[in-house]
Amino acid sequence: MALILGLLLQGVQMLLVLALAPLLLGFTRTVKARMLRRRGPPVIQPYRDLLKLIRKEAVIADNASWLFRASPYMIFAATWVAAALVPTFATGLTFGWVGDLIVITALIGSARFFQALAGMDIGTSFGGIGSSREMLFASLAEPAMIMIVFTVALVAGSTQLSFIADFMPGNAGLRVSLGMALVALIIVAVAENARIPVDNPATHLELTMVHEAMVLEYSGRHLAMIELAAAVKLLLYVSLIACIFFPWGLATAGSGALAYVAGVAAYVGKILVGGFLLVLFETSIAKMRVFRVPQFLGAALMLGLLGTLLLFVSRSF
Amino acid sequence: MTLGAAFERGTRAAAGVAEAREDGWAVMQVGMALWGVAVLLGAAILGTLLQRAGVASRLVYSLCLGACLAVLGAAGWHLLFVSDAPQSVQLPIGLPWTGAHFRIDALSAFFLVLANLGGAAASLFAVGYGRHEPTPGRVLPFYPVFLAGMSLVVLAADAFSFLLSWELMSLASWALVVAHHHAAENTRAGYIYILMASFGTLTLLLAFGLLAGPDGGYTFDAMRRADPTMPGLVLLLVLIGAGSKAGLAPLHVWLPLAHPAAPSHVSALMSGVMTKVAVYAFVRVAFDLVGEPSWWWSMVVLAVGSVSAVLGVLSALMQRDLKRLLAFSTIENVGIVFIGLGLALAFKADGMAAAAALALTGALLHAFNHALFKSLLFLGSGAVLTATGERDIEKLGGLIKGMPLTAFLMLGGCLAISALPPLNGFVSEWLTFQAILLTPQLPQWGLKLLAPAAGAMLALAAALSAACFVRAYGIAFLGRPRTPEAARAAETDRFCLAAMAACLALCVIAGILPGLLIDALAPVAQALAGTRMPVQTTVSWLSIVPVAESRSSYNGLLVLLFITASTLLTIEAVHRYASRAVRRGPAWDCGFPDASPATQYTADSFAQPIRRVFGEVVFQARERVDMPPPGDTRPARLAVTLRDLVWEAVYAPIAAGLAVVTEKLNHLQFLTIRKYLSLTFAALVGLLLVVAIWR
Repeated sequence: MALILGLLLQGVQMLLVLALAPLLLGFTRTVKARMLRRRGPPVIQPYRDLLKLIRKEAVIADNASWLFRASPYMIFAATWVAAALVPTFATGLTFGWVGDLIVITALIGSARFFQALAGMDIGTSFGGIGSSREMLFASLAEPAMIMIVFTVALVAGSTQLSFIADFMPGNAGLRVSLGMALVALIIVAVAENARIPVDNPATHLELTMVHEAMVLEYSGRHLAMIELAAAVKLLLYVSLIACIFFPWGLATAGSGALAYVAGVAAYVGKILVGGFLLVLFETSIAKMRVFRVPQFLGAALMLGLLGTLLLFVSRSF
Repeated sequence: MTLGAAFERGTRAAAGVAEAREDGWAVMQVGMALWGVAVLLGAAILGTLLQRAGVASRLVYSLCLGACLAVLGAAGWHLLFVSDAPQSVQLPIGLPWTGAHFRIDALSAFFLVLANLGGAAASLFAVGYGRHEPTPGRVLPFYPVFLAGMSLVVLAADAFSFLLSWELMSLASWALVVAHHHAAENTRAGYIYILMASFGTLTLLLAFGLLAGPDGGYTFDAMRRADPTMPGLVLLLVLIGAGSKAGLAPLHVWLPLAHPAAPSHVSALMSGVMTKVAVYAFVRVAFDLVGEPSWWWSMVVLAVGSVSAVLGVLSALMQRDLKRLLAFSTIENVGIVFIGLGLALAFKADGMAAAAALALTGALLHAFNHALFKSLLFLGSGAVLTATGERDIEKLGGLIKGMPLTAFLMLGGCLAISALPPLNGFVSEWLTFQAILLTPQLPQWGLKLLAPAAGAMLALAAALSAACFVRAYGIAFLGRPRTPEAARAAETDRFCLAAMAACLALCVIAGILPGLLIDALAPVAQALAGTRMPVQTTVSWLSIVPVAESRSSYNGLLVLLFITASTLLTIEAVHRYASRAVRRGPAWDCGFPDASPATQYTADSFAQPIRRVFGEVVFQARERVDMPPPGDTRPARLAVTLRDLVWEAVYAPIAAGLAVVTEKLNHLQFLTIRKYLSLTFAALVGLLLVVAIWR
């Protein structure tokens, strides 16, 4: 019975991230439009876009290989599995122990690997430039992420997200190192999700684009899978920040149905606040030149390293 | 005699028989390994005699494959079932007063498994690949000797046989490096390699001299019992000697020259296995022979490992030559192994046995994993080389069409080496990260500051390695063919494919069931670190839990299962309920597609952002744009210069100094007989004085 309930919860979690991801995207777009004094699309526009794309036929370049066709599904699956490992509304999920924070980081790395390869498959210069820059950003964002993981793990004594979320509310308190980790994680999240100031999710046909350049050749259902994966990734990072730094309202294993409902409500509230803050940050800052981004990400790496070093000096920082 | 006493004697005799049988079986593993080596040496003779015959290559490589599998079986049996009972044999060859000692224990069994797994894969590949060899007479005699040398190093249990086997391995591999000696770069590679190899052997000789002490106890058993004079110096010497063979910076300069110069299956062995034999030498001395470590040793090892990891992968990113790129990536991975070994030394010095076992297991697992995927990648580069005649990735492209199977297998190798789950490269790096997370408990400040830095370097190396292999794979296998040769590439033969597929299968198995490997490594950790990691195979769902469930766990099997399931589920759902229509058309490319394959992104332009961010310091990278003035019709040029700072700072001064000194000493050749006599006399007096003062 407990196993069935656990599996059910895990399934709910997986479907929840899938269902909420386009909502978060639509919410940020609407809020952003309002901040720019535009009316903007309705919140459910991403759902409509995805439905439209998924029903269309896929137009593929003549020289595309099987990798080009398989990649969207691989990217989506790796991102989805990573997102399913992050506790959203409840901790202690049945398969939470399958991977820790490092595994989640690496799973996103796997998705990116396929995305970058897919960008190079047709053999166009846009695809190449996108892949090249994506890998540059990743080569700084991933170590920054690992350093953040170190900081958090040294405070909580675990790299397992469920344990971190259970540990943080009562025991962590306010710490310098955690503050650094939070700032670093926000920088990494902004870069990883191709948001302003690193990349512009609204551009197309611009030399500064990174993510859009890689997926330029995609259309139809393949594009839909990649867009959905990107939405899930954004939700994943917001959930990650919420789970590590603001783990209030999470239902613990074995609590009643009411706790789960409250957990879902708290979670939806948290991602909406997160989305709002993201838009606030985006609208108040200009897009960077590509070669300023390494400095931006380098700051995250240094903050993460500094946070870790502080904890090596004393556990009380 | 009463019935009871007779019965007692009977049981004792029976027990004795059982013991003897056990002994016999255990000795049989050493014996079997040595017989395998003997078969290899026989194959070498066969290779010398048969070199003109057409079947020679197939016969020799099949023999090598069989011998490697036999040794692999013996060593695997030892590691899995009787690893608590090390067994040795003494052969009446070598030095008359010691003989040659060979011993198999958990550590050597593990490295024998690794070496012969790589050897078997390379031999299987070569059964097909050997046909393309233009000069089999220069490869066939040395290849089995090389394999035999590596196994003998791991089996040797006294300094004399160790060094002899080490030199056998070095010289045989040198002969293979210069097999294609008509290319000037190969001769240069061979020259630098043999210089570095001799230097490395010299330092190992000195290290064993110190370990043996004044009494000359040259067997490893005697060294274990003795208290070495100056253990720190021994460690440094071994780090130099084994590190130069393994490719640690700054002793790595020969490696990216020599590994690509050899035929591809030999490159796979040199990168995948020989560097691991060097790791074995370091582990054997640092963890076994030299006794209790000091904590500052680990600082040296950690620093050297981290620098090698990042320098190796950054250099790999700058390469156009596929095999040289792989060789630089070997330096990176050896660096990662040494980070793990450094952590293990630190934990061991501070008496944290469980953490030392974790770090050591992570390092050895990474050595094993690297042997698998680097062999796979080098074999794949050999397949590409035979299909296209090209090693320069700028002249490849689109190989996924002509060589779909090779492309698939190489993709697996690239995923594994980029430390992506659920393949095996990730597991060992994950274990190393877990070990780093235990370092705050170390008491020394130096280590407390160095360990997180090493962690950051490890993470950086892992991320850059993903960039490196996206670049290599994307340029060589994806896109459009850049040359007619690349467009005409056809699939390689079935032996080569079988060898690569076996490597990939092992990569996947090691990635999803790492608990089995960790448990197989338990006796090694028990012997060297004092304790073992917790038993993994009893954990539910075959997860791995290195320290405690509340700390961290990983389950590659379920990750693979989840990814596969959700991929298939999504494909099925999309195809069934949405659309499965596909239309082929010209590439979109923002409306400006160009038919010329030269308009694709090149490998150099792919690396350009990373070169600008990291290379300006590490390689002093400079870009010079030569833009002709308006009206001039010559093309604009972009020249990039990269400098090898290690070569300039370390090797060039030594070479220049040597040249000056030899020039000066040259005068000694043209003296009169009187001056020679007085020089001899002065030398005699000087030496006598030294002896007199020394006494």
